[in-house]
Amino acid sequence: MAQGHIAPQGLKWVISDTIAMTWRGLLRYVRMPQLLIFSTIQPILFLLLFAYVFGGAIQTPGLNYINFLVPGILVQVVIFGSVQTGVGLAEDLGKGMIDRFRSLPMARSAVLTGRTLADLVRNIFVMILMIAVAGIMGFRAEGGFFRLVLALGMIALFGFAFSWISAAIGLSVRNSETAQVAGFIWVFPLVFASSIFVPIDTMPGWLEAFAKISPITVTVNSVRALMVGTPIGDNWWQSLIWIFGILIDFSMLSVLQYRRAR
Amino acid sequence: MESNIIISVEDIYKSYGNVHALEGVSFQVPRGSILGLLGPNGAGKTTLVNILTTLLKPDKGRALISGIDVARQPSKVRSRIGLAGQFAAVDENLTGKENLELVGTLYHLPRAEVRVRARRLLEEFSLTDAVNRKTKTYSGGMRRRLDVASSLIGEPEILFLDEPTTGLDPKSRLELWETIEGLVRKGTTVLLTTQYLEEADYLTDRIVIIDQGKVVAQGTSKELKSTIGGGVLEIHVADKQHVVALVEALNVFGPHADFALGIVTIPVKEGTKTLSETIRKIDAANIEISDIELRKPTLDEVFLELTGNNRPVPK
Ligand SMILES: Nc1ncnc2c1ncn2[C@@H]1O[C@H](COP(=O)(O)OP(=O)(O)OP(=O)(O)O)[C@@H](O)[C@H]1O
Ligand SMILES: [Mg+2]
Repeated sequence: MAQGHIAPQGLKWVISDTIAMTWRGLLRYVRMPQLLIFSTIQPILFLLLFAYVFGGAIQTPGLNYINFLVPGILVQVVIFGSVQTGVGLAEDLGKGMIDRFRSLPMARSAVLTGRTLADLVRNIFVMILMIAVAGIMGFRAEGGFFRLVLALGMIALFGFAFSWISAAIGLSVRNSETAQVAGFIWVFPLVFASSIFVPIDTMPGWLEAFAKISPITVTVNSVRALMVGTPIGDNWWQSLIWIFGILIDFSMLSVLQYRRAR
Repeated sequence: MESNIIISVEDIYKSYGNVHALEGVSFQVPRGSILGLLGPNGAGKTTLVNILTTLLKPDKGRALISGIDVARQPSKVRSRIGLAGQFAAVDENLTGKENLELVGTLYHLPRAEVRVRARRLLEEFSLTDAVNRKTKTYSGGMRRRLDVASSLIGEPEILFLDEPTTGLDPKSRLELWETIEGLVRKGTTVLLTTQYLEEADYLTDRIVIIDQGKVVAQGTSKELKSTIGGGVLEIHVADKQHVVALVEALNVFGPHADFALGIVTIPVKEGTKTLSETIRKIDAANIEISDIELRKPTLDEVFLELTGNNRPVPK
């Protein structure tokens, strides 16, 4: 009889609890729309800045710069967006919400998956908004609709993986301001040392070597190829290895941190 | 196993690093009663509540809820309990109604039932005017009430309330007391911690006093009051300047001095000649008094006596 609590309802409860917690996570953005507004305005500003100010000076052979830039900006959107996962969890820890959830007969996994899934939905929403803005600025997904959807799916999955890194950070720092800073500080250099804004072969050798293997670069290269309709090469499987590697490692680490977080 | 005992705490130890929060705490709570857990700041009340509500595991000893070991089968325990922790845990971005309904959903209650219970609780806790407002806009007392309401939505057999009335105005406090009494009438067992001795005196059936991680006394409030014997002797000095002199002259264990009012209170052991001895000492020290009275102790005095706080340091 001991430990026999995975009742027949087990899976049903995991699903219903996850849905309830995801809904709760999404309401956070509905009630604090500023979180969404800033995470949309910032990439739009970047889009304008790079497309109209720096873009002219950046050589992107075979592509106009806006078509080069948009896939990268979308990846940047989900990376920065994923920081909110850790901020939200740290907030829950600090405000005692996690204690409340732990005392309930709910599926424990739902606290973490609810949050990361809510941020996945949020990322998809912001991506679609960005695609619309980019369309107005002259972006064309020349690879066709199907490849565009595939690319968006890949970016969303990449953001989901980063949400788990962010979750592990949020659960270990336990303070929402710190989670905000700790979440951004390490992704910032990674974002710039990648193929998001410029082709990496213009970088100094050492930086290029780093940027080449960065998960951001291989993912950006994949989704760029998908969107503009060029050959995808080896990037897609390298990106998937990164995505699933991050997902597995950091979801396990987060669960560990969550168990210990008191 | 006595089936009448619903909470059984058996020799529990818990340390945080080298802070020994609990050092061998044991007590039992009969089904359908209210137990008050009293103790000064840092005594270990919250730690114990967290262990009983499966948030923490004890280092040693065990706790049983309805005969189920909380450390071994936490998920079985969770469906029987409700917890309102020391700091109100409400989601600031949700409305009062949404907060309650979320918790109800996580207890796996049917959708319709969740709504009915949420509406009833919001009424009971006078939150109907604020149901559709984000709780970010709630006052401290409103959050507290919503937090306690959330702990009730699952209609738990056993309710844990960690300082439920801290920060409530007198009217809300009385209302919460009434709600708690109502629950107990319906058979709920309640364990609450409090800083208000008046609350423990009024509300609880039994009181457990802990200090520095140990149980220092337990019993009904009546029993506790009689532990300091016959009562207390309250001496009013004529000149407030003489309070210290009086404490020194009396030279007894556990005096309590009120400098502002010029009153010194000392416990009186039954069957001793405290009254006559005291008067002799006062005369010898040549201190003028305006009044002297022998009376029953209040729970505060029992508490101070037992936990040793506020005892003027000799010399
Ligand atoms: N997470 C923690 N890490 C380290 N020490 C802790 C932790 N939580 C509590 N303590 C310590 O354990 C002791 C008991 O704390 P606890 O919170 O249980 O007391 P309490 O009786 O609830 O006090 P209060 O009336 O102030 O709420 C205190 O000395 C406290 O400093
Ligand atoms: Mg406490």
